[in-house]
Amino acid sequence: MWIESTIAMRFLREGRTQTLLIVTGISVGVAVIVFITALIQGLQNNIVARTLGTQAHIRVEPPDETNRLAPLPDGTLRLVLETRRAQRLRSINNWQQVQATLDAHPDVVAVSPLVSGPAFALRGNARESVAVVGMDPPRYQRIIPLGEDIVAGQLRVGAGDALIGRALADNLGAGVGDKFRLEAGDDRTAQLNVAGIFELGVRELDERYVYLDLKQAQSLLDLPGGVTVIDLTVRDIFGADAVAGRIGALTGLKAESWMQTNTQLMNALRSQSLSTSMISFFVAVSVAFGIASVLSISVVQRTRQIGILRAMGTRQKQMLKVFLVQGAVLGLFGSAIGSMAGYGLVWVFNTLGPGLFEVPLSPTLVLAAVALATVTGTLAAAIPARRAARLDPVVAIRHA
Amino acid sequence: MPERDDEEVLRLTGLRKSYNVGLPTEVEVLHGLDLSIHRHDFAALIGPSGSGKSTLLNILGLLDSPTAGELVLLGRPTRELDDEARTALRASALGFVFQFHHLIPAFTALENVMMPLMIAQGRPSRQTVEVAQQLLHQVGLGDFTARRPDELSGGQQQRVAIARALVTRPALLLADEPTGNLDTHTAAEVFELFRRFNREFGCAVLLVTHDPRLSDTCDRVIRLVDGAIVEDTRRSS
Repeated sequence: MWIESTIAMRFLREGRTQTLLIVTGISVGVAVIVFITALIQGLQNNIVARTLGTQAHIRVEPPDETNRLAPLPDGTLRLVLETRRAQRLRSINNWQQVQATLDAHPDVVAVSPLVSGPAFALRGNARESVAVVGMDPPRYQRIIPLGEDIVAGQLRVGAGDALIGRALADNLGAGVGDKFRLEAGDDRTAQLNVAGIFELGVRELDERYVYLDLKQAQSLLDLPGGVTVIDLTVRDIFGADAVAGRIGALTGLKAESWMQTNTQLMNALRSQSLSTSMISFFVAVSVAFGIASVLSISVVQRTRQIGILRAMGTRQKQMLKVFLVQGAVLGLFGSAIGSMAGYGLVWVFNTLGPGLFEVPLSPTLVLAAVALATVTGTLAAAIPARRAARLDPVVAIRHA
Repeated sequence: MPERDDEEVLRLTGLRKSYNVGLPTEVEVLHGLDLSIHRHDFAALIGPSGSGKSTLLNILGLLDSPTAGELVLLGRPTRELDDEARTALRASALGFVFQFHHLIPAFTALENVMMPLMIAQGRPSRQTVEVAQQLLHQVGLGDFTARRPDELSGGQQQRVAIARALVTRPALLLADEPTGNLDTHTAAEVFELFRRFNREFGCAVLLVTHDPRLSDTCDRVIRLVDGAIVEDTRRSS
């Protein structure tokens, strides 16, 4: 391999201008790939972080109630006229055991049981429909960092204390320390004190969520000792779907991942990733064509030298390698420079850009780009290399 | 008559070469040649343009294959060899000098001389370097080892090419108009080099030339006309 690499390097050095031009071309291409990929990665991380800032990775609920039909003997046909059942608010059976199981699950990082149901919030003449959420603050905070979103008062529930959203507080005209009433139907009511006001940044939630502690929510929603939902955080957010499937099978409950709940978002992310891949692919293709054309020209320019080298004992395989190595080297150098340029662009974006989000630059991405470009270079060199290897020495030597 | 120790390097029997085989334009350019070359031969291959000299030389050099007939090089029949084996045999048994020196511009004179050995063996050993330096010295370019081809004159380049052809100690040196591109004085010098290596290395030399002054000084003259050997004379030197 020594002589092949040596000849390859000498050829590249000899054709300095060509080499420089194509390396520049590859660099630009790789810089674009690196920068776009990093940018989209940063953007997506940001969107996902925002989305998951207000929801659990997986939500475990009791299975829907359905009409059960008695099994039939074989060969019987049955027509069913069914009235689907209304889904009442129910507790998860044996939720303490489920919680213990999930606490021990290796993919699960945090588990938070909740009691959640509808109610009306009343203060003076104001009457707002709300969602009552009973939770255990230490556990809940590991799912959603509510503590960071408190804008007034403090994170305190229990003993008549409640947390309400900023928008609801405005609608009720309530401030920290003010009282309001919750009505959950069937004459179950509670008088509560606004201990804190939060702002999650999602209007829907800030208008509707009222946090209580578990006990108070249980009695208000008539589910003594029960919980209606168990929220989970998992280790790998994009593995949430698979984990949800496993948990559903394990517990017999309905486990829904954030990816299922946010299909629109997932679609958007997926198409974004797809378009990034498309851009990368087409840039890689044009880089490949660039390398192929430069090396093709080089083969033509060096036809006579190739003939001489063949006459002096260079085997076809060696000749092939001489040009494959040139392709690989062009890819390697171009991508090394391009990665640095991409790194620079990301740095500029992070330092001087709008600062909306941080663009991460992983060494993996750089290595992948370099590997991709080197492989692309080698593949692109295949056609000219074959041509060089197959040159008839007689014809090549006579080549003017 | 060949001497006792004068081993046969190459033998041609019934060699034919046609172009465009199987087409209406098929044309035979070599019509059944028989030829034997021995280690001490210093032969000139002469003949008018279009007589098939270059075709014959390419076949002798294993660069081209005959349509019919057999070429035996150093006792090995070459008909059935694949490209790999032909290349290996060519590299070890034959040296080439062309009209246009054909050095590789990206390498120095020394590297060009070592090239056949580097292709076969990879990174040059100290011995390889010494052999190449010695050869460059012998062709009178001992001080030019680090020069690139474009820093050398035409005659100097041709001498580097001769050193390169000899670095593998070939049994047969094939030269296609080696002096065709040089002035008379330089041509004579280059010719003298062939002579010397023929004597010193015992390397058979076959050179194609148009120049009667050169062919007249060769030990053997093979004249090719219209694809047939019409004359093959030896004279003692």
